Amino acid sequence: MGKKRAAIVGLSEWAPQRVWDEPMFSLEAHARLAAEVLADAGVDKAEVDGLVVSSVYESPMFGPSAAAEYLGLKTNFAEIVDLGGATACGMIWRAAAAIEVGACETCLVLCPSVIPPRPDGDGPRKMDFPIYLGGDAWGSPQGQFEIPEGLVAATPSFAMVAQRYMDRYGLREETLAKIAVEERDNAQRNPDAIFHGKPITIDDVMNSRYVCDPLKLLEIVMPCFGGAAVLVTTPERAKRARHRPVYVSGFGEHCTHKSITYAPDLLDNPIRVAADRAFKMAGTERSAVDMASMYDCFTITVLVTIENAGFCGKGEGEAFVSERSLRWDGDWPLNTHGGQLGMGQAGTAGGMGHATEAVRQLMGRAGDRQLGKADVAYVNGTGGMMAEQVALIFEGA
Amino acid sequence: MGLRHTESGRPLPLPNPTTQPFFDAAREHRLALQRCPRDGFFYYPRSRCPHCLGDDWAWETCSGEGEVHSFTIDRVGHVPALREYAPFAIAIVELANGPRITARLVDVSVDDVAIGMPVEPAFEDVDGITLVHFRPRA
Repeated sequence: MGKKRAAIVGLSEWAPQRVWDEPMFSLEAHARLAAEVLADAGVDKAEVDGLVVSSVYESPMFGPSAAAEYLGLKTNFAEIVDLGGATACGMIWRAAAAIEVGACETCLVLCPSVIPPRPDGDGPRKMDFPIYLGGDAWGSPQGQFEIPEGLVAATPSFAMVAQRYMDRYGLREETLAKIAVEERDNAQRNPDAIFHGKPITIDDVMNSRYVCDPLKLLEIVMPCFGGAAVLVTTPERAKRARHRPVYVSGFGEHCTHKSITYAPDLLDNPIRVAADRAFKMAGTERSAVDMASMYDCFTITVLVTIENAGFCGKGEGEAFVSERSLRWDGDWPLNTHGGQLGMGQAGTAGGMGHATEAVRQLMGRAGDRQLGKADVAYVNGTGGMMAEQVALIFEGA
Repeated sequence: MGLRHTESGRPLPLPNPTTQPFFDAAREHRLALQRCPRDGFFYYPRSRCPHCLGDDWAWETCSGEGEVHSFTIDRVGHVPALREYAPFAIAIVELANGPRITARLVDVSVDDVAIGMPVEPAFEDVDGITLVHFRPRA
């Protein structure tokens, strides 16, 4: 089995919400997540000497130090990560790597995605999704060459991946629908999921309206508010922790482009390199994986990730998905928490949800959806337009 | 902000010194791309070639002939001011001389768009600037 030089020993995750009825500043959310994840792990705050954040709204510059100050931490490692949907996975391996090289010993990894109180004191707010995704900055290539043409948000980009895939391999839309249905099935065992109590059928997906052909409404995540965090520490400290340690035994990251236009190949995604590096580092085979926790902003993301992460060959994703049950009680459990398609996409916390679910399963804390065997998990994140991608291998102690 | 908007809210490019020659050519309904003597054409306009990072490129007018590499039909109009055009096709066009450009497809029914469809640039003058879309090539 792979290296065991850093372990996740605690987690915290908030139920995603469409309307966040408890407005709080990002710094306040960082503090609450930190308190919760330390309590979960049974680790004293005085032991924390590392901090990884993704965004601190009240401090657009100097985010890590702003959070360290607010939380009253003395850090030997303070880091900020900006990898879109791959941010959480990128944060986790950076924390693990920092611990492995001795830069720090116990590291908070915090992903709040909440909304602050309004200056006028008004009540809760719904999400105002920034469709330009920062592409409207002065000098931005996207602002000059893509946004005026209508290429904004993420759906058109992923739809073009799906269209290319269908043209190349003859994928049926029902196969993508099956991914949405089985993830939603998993969400029925997760009371925190936004679609808990709302199962769907293949027909429901097929009859939902096209948003960007061939992607339909029920194949697209629901943006939400939420928050999630993990605590990473040394093997020595992990042995004294409350839960079964979950080792970060392999990781890989790869990035070549921002806009889908400039992806070297729409169907040969960065996760291929990232996953190969992660499995090689872990010394683990794909056949040893008990569960996959794959970023799923859209159904097509899952299909091309299964292929590119090497669980089947190119063009074999349809057969792979058709011949297996992706449910928590199926023969190839995928996104047992419901994925973001079933649970909701709470900013960077949505990406963190793929990691926290794997941790939950490996710790044996997944309740009604607990897998019988959960020792090795494959987790990944996908940022932007199939752009920055990170693969992680988790192994139970 | 790196965009300006028409009165109806359509986002338009704000050229800068590096990209201005592209938009100057577009105003004359020409597609101009930079060509590196070692690595050939590249897009979007940059200060240096994205392959070798050399800065000895030169602008060249191109036919812009290419084919649809992939596409989608935006049924919603994700840019609110483009809703009046929905449904419309957005395509990644692969030019015969190499680079890929994403643009709206115009002068075509959304039902007729297909991967591999031959296309050429279609210029639209809007509010003092010219946008480069693509349309089916005869």
